[in-house]
Amino acid sequence: MNRLTQLTALARNTWRGLTSMRTALALLFLLALGALPGALLPQYSLNAQRVRTYQAQHPTLAPVLDRLGFFEVFASPWFAAIYLLLFVSLVGCVVPRSIDYARQLRRPPVATPRNLGRLPHHAVSESASTPAEVIATARRRLRGWRIAEGEEHGSVRTLSAERGYLREAGNLVFHVALLGLLVSFAIGKLVGYEGQVIVLANGSQFCNSGSLAYDSFRPGRSVDGTALTPFCVQVNGFTPTYQPTGAPQDYRAAITYQAPGDIAPGTWHPYLLKVNDPLRIGGTRVYLLGHGYAPQFTVTFPDGQQRSAVVQWPPVELATMLSEGTTKFDPPGVTDDAARRTGQLAITGLFAPTAAFRGSLLSSAFPDMLDPAVAIDVLKGDLGNNSGRGQSIFSIDQSMVDSGRLKQVARQNLRPGQQLTLPDRTVVHFDGVTRFVSLQVSYDPTQLWVLGFAVLVLGGLGLSLTVKRRRLWVRVTPGELAGTVVELGGLARTEAAGYGEEFEQIAADLLPPGRAQPPVPTVLSKEGR
Amino acid sequence: MPIDPVVEYYSDLAYGTALVLYLLAMVLHAVEYSVTPVPVTTAAGRVAAEGNGAVATLAPPDSTPMRGTPERVGRSAVALTGLAVLVHASSLALRGAAIGRVPWANMYEFTSAICWVAVACWLVALYRQGSAATSLRRLGGFVLLPVVVLMFLGGTVLYARAAPLIPSLNSYWITIHVSAAITATGILLVSGVASALYLVGAPAGSRIAARLPDSTTLDRVAYRTAVVAFPIWTFAIIAGAIWAEAAWGHYWGWDPKETCALVAWVVYAGYLHARATAGWRGSPAAWINVVGFAVMLFNLFFVNIVVAGLHSYAGL
Repeated sequence: MNRLTQLTALARNTWRGLTSMRTALALLFLLALGALPGALLPQYSLNAQRVRTYQAQHPTLAPVLDRLGFFEVFASPWFAAIYLLLFVSLVGCVVPRSIDYARQLRRPPVATPRNLGRLPHHAVSESASTPAEVIATARRRLRGWRIAEGEEHGSVRTLSAERGYLREAGNLVFHVALLGLLVSFAIGKLVGYEGQVIVLANGSQFCNSGSLAYDSFRPGRSVDGTALTPFCVQVNGFTPTYQPTGAPQDYRAAITYQAPGDIAPGTWHPYLLKVNDPLRIGGTRVYLLGHGYAPQFTVTFPDGQQRSAVVQWPPVELATMLSEGTTKFDPPGVTDDAARRTGQLAITGLFAPTAAFRGSLLSSAFPDMLDPAVAIDVLKGDLGNNSGRGQSIFSIDQSMVDSGRLKQVARQNLRPGQQLTLPDRTVVHFDGVTRFVSLQVSYDPTQLWVLGFAVLVLGGLGLSLTVKRRRLWVRVTPGELAGTVVELGGLARTEAAGYGEEFEQIAADLLPPGRAQPPVPTVLSKEGR
Repeated sequence: MPIDPVVEYYSDLAYGTALVLYLLAMVLHAVEYSVTPVPVTTAAGRVAAEGNGAVATLAPPDSTPMRGTPERVGRSAVALTGLAVLVHASSLALRGAAIGRVPWANMYEFTSAICWVAVACWLVALYRQGSAATSLRRLGGFVLLPVVVLMFLGGTVLYARAAPLIPSLNSYWITIHVSAAITATGILLVSGVASALYLVGAPAGSRIAARLPDSTTLDRVAYRTAVVAFPIWTFAIIAGAIWAEAAWGHYWGWDPKETCALVAWVVYAGYLHARATAGWRGSPAAWINVVGFAVMLFNLFFVNIVVAGLHSYAGL
């Protein structure tokens, strides 16, 4: 029994401590402090390459940081702990306050204090009207206020008025909407996905058939990569415009697409995809994120067989779109694996959309395709793509070169239409260039909820910071000979500079310049302006 | 839209002129500050205080509206600030006219606009102060100091020639999101300065603080400006998220700038709560406000220039 009392006391004290304003403030600062490394250190989810660079540069510090989750702050347990505690603290603050607020709404304004002269705002005057008339005038003047009338002995009548309940309502809406925003954000992360894919801008298609259709795919925890919204996009062309300085001005991709209902009848809709203007198909959005060049090579093997390939060479210098990549070929018609692994070809090198040669070194002078050229090495031998190790489509496996199984057989600069001949009379022909676009597909079903809650957050904030909760009391005492003495008292319940002016205005309206003493309404505002 | 180099030149000229005028106004404020008599009751009181090493008791601020030297100098400082704000506004307008877009797409333009909002907010605060303006006016030099420093950095290190927008910035959201961010930052600068001076003046009887506006005024200016700026900053973050949804594929991606903006938001939320919490009013709250503005500055400079992220539009 005693143990139970202790336990409940502990639970109650913990709950009180957790929901106290001091704890909430401390948690807020912990949240701010905890989020900072997420902004300052490279993050896996944003750029894994930069994390690896950082780890290479800080071999002693980085493993510790990694263990502590500093490279994935927003998915780390300690960050989650902070915001969950804050969440609980917020709930513990908002629930009792809402109940309290609901009670207040049903209660009449507080009865008139005995001594109005002690309030921060106070005014008194004498009126020729009867008490009933004064009360009626006050009621008219205080339209929009919550009013309760009272009577004291000696036929003294009082009026309590209160206004600005929306302040607390706004405050509660703000906090509840913040909770709603966080919950919908979390749900969105759970059931949404993002995927990136490169599509050649020559009529190539991308269909959202599953996660395997993407070059990279980041699913939410409950997304298994199947059952994605089925749609197809065909990229027919890509047109960038540049300023003379080479700064990009506009990117447009001419696409056609099939929404889920269009696939069976085979209908295609045209669309001009631009930066800042995604294609929205139901809840799924398609973005134009980037672009680049894909050189096309045709290899004529000594036996006369031809093979062509177009592979994207990603830009390495964004300002000039100098690109780097690899196009790989298997010898045609070779079924013997050992023979195939001596005759594989790789064309690697640089592509410049506007060629600028320094000697024979190729660089790019302009990002648009004005005078394209490639500077290529042709390697022959074993590419190592059968070795069981995965390799990038953008580069060759350097270890195959180092072990001598892949040898350089030619190096040359080519313009479109030019070709080079290898010692074994294989001809490599540079046919031309196709542009590619990189697209992102995003799906987040709760983002409109997040927006709705964000609007509520803002609205609640506006109300709670602009509305003033204030009280006004009127006491009407019949005069000793004739007329009435009218006394006003005012109190701003919240820190509210500015009530003074309103009070003075009300006092001026309700207290006509009396005939007898005092000659003018005395307005005493202790906390002014 | 071709850029008009002549108009751009006049914009730069106006920028330089505004900077010089701010500097002059700041000097005048400094003169006002130094010739304002320290409000100590009597010479005897001061002697006694110095003799005993005791803390001097401060008399209530001089309320006689004498048009002495400090008053005249102070008034001309404010007048000069007003003129500078107009010249500065013309610099921003000409820049916009030269490029045919909103004049806040790189660090130079952004900093310039923030400074303009800060000074404009300062003048509004002074105007709304009414009769107590004389006391508050002595804050002028301290508001203009960061403005002059920022504008000097803007005109030298951060300066960039007028250029059209890159595709990712070319959206009507740049008008909405960035202008909200600028307005909030500018107002929060004034708030931060007021809170910093509150802290300088907090030790009772400190000699530097003797001529400062009284701590209640400083606290009130800091709070009221923060109350105006906080919803604007909230709106800036929300508008940024809406833009990000259209531009980057998600409304929130923990981009360093986003994260830092959220951190600043959380700190300012803390400030507003601290102001309403017993035991946190006064100096602790003022510290939080100063930290908040430090995060804003950090977000403006460090994150834009040093940290690689999607917001790296410094144009440097």
